[in-house]
Amino acid sequence: MAILEIQNVSKSFEDNLVVNNISINIEQGEFFTLLGPSGCGKTTLLRMIAGFTNPDSGKIFLDGKNITNLPPEERPLHTIFQSFALFPHLTVFDNVAFPLKMAKWNKIKLVSQVEELLEDVQLTKFAKRYPHELSGGQKQRVAIARSLVDRPKLLLLDEPLSALDARLREHMHVELVKLQEETGVTFVYVTHDQQEALALSSRMAVLNFGEIEQLDTPQAVYAKPKTYFAADFLGKCNLLPAEVRAITNKTLTLKVSDILEFDLDIEEVGEIKVGGKGWYAIRPEKIKANRNMPTEVEDIFTAKATTKSYYYYGDATLYEFTLANGTKLQAMLSNLRATQPNFFDNEQEVIVSFDPQAGNFLVE
Amino acid sequence: MKNFFSEKTVLSIPPLIYLIALFLVPTILMVVIAFREPGSYGGVAPLIEHVNNTTRINLTLDSFKFAMTSHFIWQLFWRSVGFSLLSTFCCLIIGYPLAMLIAKSKKNYREFLLLLVIIPFWSCFLIRIYAWMIILGPQSGFTHMINYIVNVLGYPPVNLLYSSAAVVICMIYINLPFMVLPLYANLEKHDEALIEASRDLGATNFQAFLKVTIPLSMPGILAGSALVFIPCIGMFVVPELVGNNCSLMIGNLIKQQFLQTMNWPLGSVTSIIMSLSVLGITLLFVCFAVRFGGLKYANK
Repeated sequence: MAILEIQNVSKSFEDNLVVNNISINIEQGEFFTLLGPSGCGKTTLLRMIAGFTNPDSGKIFLDGKNITNLPPEERPLHTIFQSFALFPHLTVFDNVAFPLKMAKWNKIKLVSQVEELLEDVQLTKFAKRYPHELSGGQKQRVAIARSLVDRPKLLLLDEPLSALDARLREHMHVELVKLQEETGVTFVYVTHDQQEALALSSRMAVLNFGEIEQLDTPQAVYAKPKTYFAADFLGKCNLLPAEVRAITNKTLTLKVSDILEFDLDIEEVGEIKVGGKGWYAIRPEKIKANRNMPTEVEDIFTAKATTKSYYYYGDATLYEFTLANGTKLQAMLSNLRATQPNFFDNEQEVIVSFDPQAGNFLVE
Repeated sequence: MKNFFSEKTVLSIPPLIYLIALFLVPTILMVVIAFREPGSYGGVAPLIEHVNNTTRINLTLDSFKFAMTSHFIWQLFWRSVGFSLLSTFCCLIIGYPLAMLIAKSKKNYREFLLLLVIIPFWSCFLIRIYAWMIILGPQSGFTHMINYIVNVLGYPPVNLLYSSAAVVICMIYINLPFMVLPLYANLEKHDEALIEASRDLGATNFQAFLKVTIPLSMPGILAGSALVFIPCIGMFVVPELVGNNCSLMIGNLIKQQFLQTMNWPLGSVTSIIMSLSVLGITLLFVCFAVRFGGLKYANK
């Protein structure tokens, strides 16, 4: 059974529809991510789950109980704020003990529970310190301990790592996933960082203008984006205009960028019609490039292209090619060789090749 | 010597001169006068006197002895402390919600509301007290209203003007902005996320106020209280205008000693008592500030 059910929730501020009829079921123990650009409604949705904002319509159920209009203090869930929101006048110990004091735990149980949590986040030595005496990462861990101390049913995280530097952020990724597995608490994570979303989530929802563009596992969303926005927002993607020339069973014959023509197997034909327009989406790392015609040509589509520019990223190099009619095509080539990569020169002619099945057809 | 003409030194000379001339010298004078003998016709007796070929140095502890044993002076002293504490407490009770209201209102209104708090400063202190004399006077609607309520409760009518109540009311009125401004400055900086966090962690609205807002505003409460208490304790104009014989304060005594009785040494001793008590109470405030929040996390 789903631990959190969001049913047809909408919210507008003044005339601005921020969350538009969203329904999500989140399972017990999931690490669920709401991903989207700023202003997509992800934080508003989180605030409605936490109880800081009431939805205009729709219902929210937590563990089968309708919590739509409960005040925040009566919801068995906690939020980790972007600013950590530690109480500056309380020590680390008292910060972590705060929810237990509010719930009137008896003193002995309270002390042992707080000490256990501080041990979990390796802050035992810092119990008597005040928040301003801690580093960013330590503050983050206090916030986590404080939110997990009374074993909530759900933990909401509002861009909790955006205040940390890149190295610490990666370190916290590992810790968060570990903590989530150990405690078994369901996490709902809000972020605009696609790397974070892909690395951490068991499932994720891509939001745009208050609506869900796609809801699936990170692998599925990345490999087979369903909408133009999902493909464009999540990672790099070549989005080439395409037209359906023929449909046979579950195979589409596509004419892409007016010059490429190949077959694409799809799961379901649905509303796709012959003559229908859309985009062919393919990730840059699915595209290979060679000076000569590759030898393993079977089921691989090839085309001539011209090198326009390249960006060396260290682990990979991003090339921009143009096809014969000027269509731009990005390719991410891994720098696998032991020696320094031998870049293609600008204006050099190459053969690009890819497996059409690596891409996806998006209906307009 | 190189640092002597540095910017820091040069810039600090004018305030230093100011403080020496207007604070240090008068304080020393006050202490010296306290040990001298009162003159026969007011002021102080000459320090060195030649009488019948003997030279006398006129220094004495008599004024201190008198002040310490005077029931009257201590009565005035404790009354001043009592009135000031009551005024400070009332200012806090009235000023806190007001400061909160201003801090929580929309940004565009805040400056206007602050202006309303400050507007009384635009008119003369005395005029404002005279205005209160009219409000508290026997002819005013306010007095009629109070006496109507008193009558309903079955008591004889009261005279508001020329009473201790009038003194405290006016001191609250005069000093309220000094409570509201530091409180506002503090409350305005509060992070809304902290209140949300406390609600999220199980605190009701009222608990959030008690456990988060109040402790975090402690520096503002202490600053406001000190700013109200200190001018209150030395007040003499208000008791003179709206008080009666039973509401005179230590400031009135000091003024009388210097301007009417002309007993400068006793006036100086009384001033010393007042200064030391203000100093002591201010130190107490600072200790509170260190103990209960305030300074511990002020430098975050």
